Amino acid sequence: MRHIISVLMENEAGALARVVGLFAQRGYNIESLNVAPTDDQTLSRLTLVTKGEDRVVEQITKHLNKLIEVVKLVDLTEGSHIERELMMVKVRATGAQREEVKRTCDIFRGQIIDVTPTTYTIQVTGNEEKVNAFMDALSGATIMEVVRTGVSGLARGDKTLSL
Amino acid sequence: MTQAAHEPEMLSGGEMLIRSLKDQGVEFIYGYPGGAVLHIYDAIHNQSDVKHILVRHEQAATHMADAYARASGKAGVVLVTSGPGATNAITGIATAYMDSIPMVVITGQVMSHLIGDDAFQETDMMGLSRPIVKHNISVRDPADIPTIVKKAFYIAESGRPGPVVIDIPKDMTMPNEKFPYEYPDRIKMRSYNPVKKGHSGQIRKAVNALLQAKRPIIYSGGGVILGKASKELTQLARQLNYPVTNTLMGLGAFPGTDRQFIGMLGMHGAYEANMTMHNADLILAIGARFDDRVTNNPAKFCPDATIIHIDIDPASISKIIQADIPIVGPVKPVLKEMLEQIEQSKLRVDDEALGLWWEQIEEWRQRHGGRYRSDDSEKMKPQHVIETLCKITNGDAYICSDVGQHQMFAAQYYKYNKPNRWINSGGLGTMGFGLPAAMGVQLNYPDAAVVCVTGEGSIQMNIQELATCKQYQLPVKVLCLNNGYLGMVRQWQDMNYESRYSNSYVDSLPDFVALAEAYGHAGIRIESPDELEAKLTEAMAITDKVVFIDVLIDPDEHVYPMQVPGGSMADMFLSKTERT
Ligand SMILES: Cc1cc2nc3c(=O)[nH]c(=O)nc-3n(C[C@H](O)[C@H](O)[C@H](O)COP(=O)(O)OP(=O)(O)OC[C@H]3O[C@@H](n4cnc5c(N)ncnc54)[C@H](O)[C@@H]3O)c2cc1C
Ligand SMILES: Cc1ncc(C[n+]2csc(CCOP(=O)(O)OP(=O)(O)O)c2C)c(N)n1
Ligand SMILES: [Mg+2]
Repeated sequence: MRHIISVLMENEAGALARVVGLFAQRGYNIESLNVAPTDDQTLSRLTLVTKGEDRVVEQITKHLNKLIEVVKLVDLTEGSHIERELMMVKVRATGAQREEVKRTCDIFRGQIIDVTPTTYTIQVTGNEEKVNAFMDALSGATIMEVVRTGVSGLARGDKTLSL
Repeated sequence: MTQAAHEPEMLSGGEMLIRSLKDQGVEFIYGYPGGAVLHIYDAIHNQSDVKHILVRHEQAATHMADAYARASGKAGVVLVTSGPGATNAITGIATAYMDSIPMVVITGQVMSHLIGDDAFQETDMMGLSRPIVKHNISVRDPADIPTIVKKAFYIAESGRPGPVVIDIPKDMTMPNEKFPYEYPDRIKMRSYNPVKKGHSGQIRKAVNALLQAKRPIIYSGGGVILGKASKELTQLARQLNYPVTNTLMGLGAFPGTDRQFIGMLGMHGAYEANMTMHNADLILAIGARFDDRVTNNPAKFCPDATIIHIDIDPASISKIIQADIPIVGPVKPVLKEMLEQIEQSKLRVDDEALGLWWEQIEEWRQRHGGRYRSDDSEKMKPQHVIETLCKITNGDAYICSDVGQHQMFAAQYYKYNKPNRWINSGGLGTMGFGLPAAMGVQLNYPDAAVVCVTGEGSIQMNIQELATCKQYQLPVKVLCLNNGYLGMVRQWQDMNYESRYSNSYVDSLPDFVALAEAYGHAGIRIESPDELEAKLTEAMAITDKVVFIDVLIDPDEHVYPMQVPGGSMADMFLSKTERT
């Protein structure tokens, strides 16, 4: 099962290394991970996506909670939540392809954020599924470069992960 | 008070470090100097409250501090230099980590501006130690030192204890840069709040299950000793009249000579302990972590048992074996609340079922018990040596063990009636632990009988510490069960490799008696069983000197019982020819 674990932790040097180290030491896998300070500069918010049996994911959350710098965490996939990922794709856009790529981009409500006579750089946001679908839709084009932020997310409604 | 009394004293980083240790109540630190910590050593020189013990190898410093913690429950303190000093401390840090022992390890580091440049004696101690510490902290501003020290002790000693490393770049300790010193009374951290008590609803569920059990067992571990709850454990067990087994780390938490004690469980556990576990309908696990040396094959583990698991660390619960009733909390308050709830409960222990259960347990006890063969009086049996030691010391000595067969014999045949007396490396199994551990205990308990039970293999991993014993007059007794082999390895080779003894023979052994004498100590050799008791008594009577007691034992002895790999707890080899 895929889980999105969202972690609020002290914005201190070494805290990220501890999280990543934990996954490496205990043989857990990380599908994606992102981290940045929050509105409160002393705190960082880290989101990671992992796959594993429930038992394993439970161990992961227990071990993350044990890290001294971790203040709180939540497994977003346990409740209803919103997740988003941002992707930027640089594609070859020449001849007939140029129009085709633009059309696909529009269908996925992507934005062209950089243009040259031969390329488009497209930005797409959405959940992992949508972003993957966009990649599939581009399969006819020549993809030159892809960069993805990995998933970020939060719970729907009143629920928050905060102090 | 005058204005001046409030004015904080101005101290350098090095001085603040030592003053903080003093204000924390630290009497001894164990260490070894080097370039990166010379300012700190100078600060040590200029005061007399915190005493420094100079070892001969940094690993020994960590084991000394660790053993002090195991005996006292308070964090031990280590000070080593950067680079090789720090890496030499790694084994000892990992040893403490695996057994949840509180320790504060201060490592020197190269100057801040040189970090990352492959400077002389630079190693990334933060990175190296990360997987084997509860926490580590790097000092970035000398003014933070008192708070960091306080934090380190708080983290090391609270919750599930463990080692904490403080890495200090040399420029944080400059003698001429002074800062106002104040040692904080307490530390509050928003990201770290260890649990203080168990969930009452869970405890109620546990009490209900406990009182309805027909074939119960209490399986207690190192957590009871770490949580200083042997009194509560003993009270609970006595009140219920349930059988008690201890892990290797839990020995002494319940009196070893008590009728209700059925021995250690696990790989080399007592036959009756493993049988009782396997056939139980209820297991009350207290501060024990279902280690693979205990459970054998988890898929075959105790098929009929409802499992109640008390542990301060949620990550220990349902890690290996799914708990039916988990209780997260410190043992002491949880057991206290359990006792209260039992008092109030309408349920009563099923005496009839319990009577039958005890009958069955007694039968297992009689049938085997993993006893060694003492009929062969020609040969010196290691088990007999330990029994004799137990008799001579009235079961009241601190036994600090190394790792191997001798360790298992010391666990099985010495009867520990008090907690904190059995000091050994269980989780990491660190050969070389025993002698420095004994020294750490002896230093802090000068009047106690302290015995290092070791093998000729293990003792040579830190034998240089005999010099430290001399320097600080630490009259430990070294009881070397000398079989001339890496016995534990040899046993596995006998059992699994058709006795192909690949590198398990210790060739060119030194004359340990002469070696002890060369270090300025006494040495005696015991070669025949008839002289054992007299000579051992004589050695133990010498209280002002180290005595190295080299006992030549039967090299063919194996440790039994031994669980059959892949089997259940009840699948055991009972001797070279019998199996359950
Ligand atoms: C050669 C060799 C052979 C061995 N054979 C055996 C064997 O036959 N049998 C055996 O038992 N072991 C054996 N061991 C040791 C084994 O490897 C483990 O170290 C041991 O079983 C772990 O003991 P434990 O479960 O008590 O846990 P510990 O490592 O002592 O852990 C303590 C547990 O208690 C918890 N805890 C800590 N403080 C508290 C508190 N205040 N309140 C509540 N919980 C707390 C911790 O979170 C942890 O889960 C052997 C080791 C060696 C080297
Ligand atoms: C540092 C270290 N290296 C290797 C081992 C593996 N090992 C476990 S027991 C043992 C043999 C110990 O020999 P000895 O000290 O003579 O004890 P004996 O088993 O003979 O009683 C070895 C090599 C270990 N536990 N620790
Ligand atoms: Mg040996």
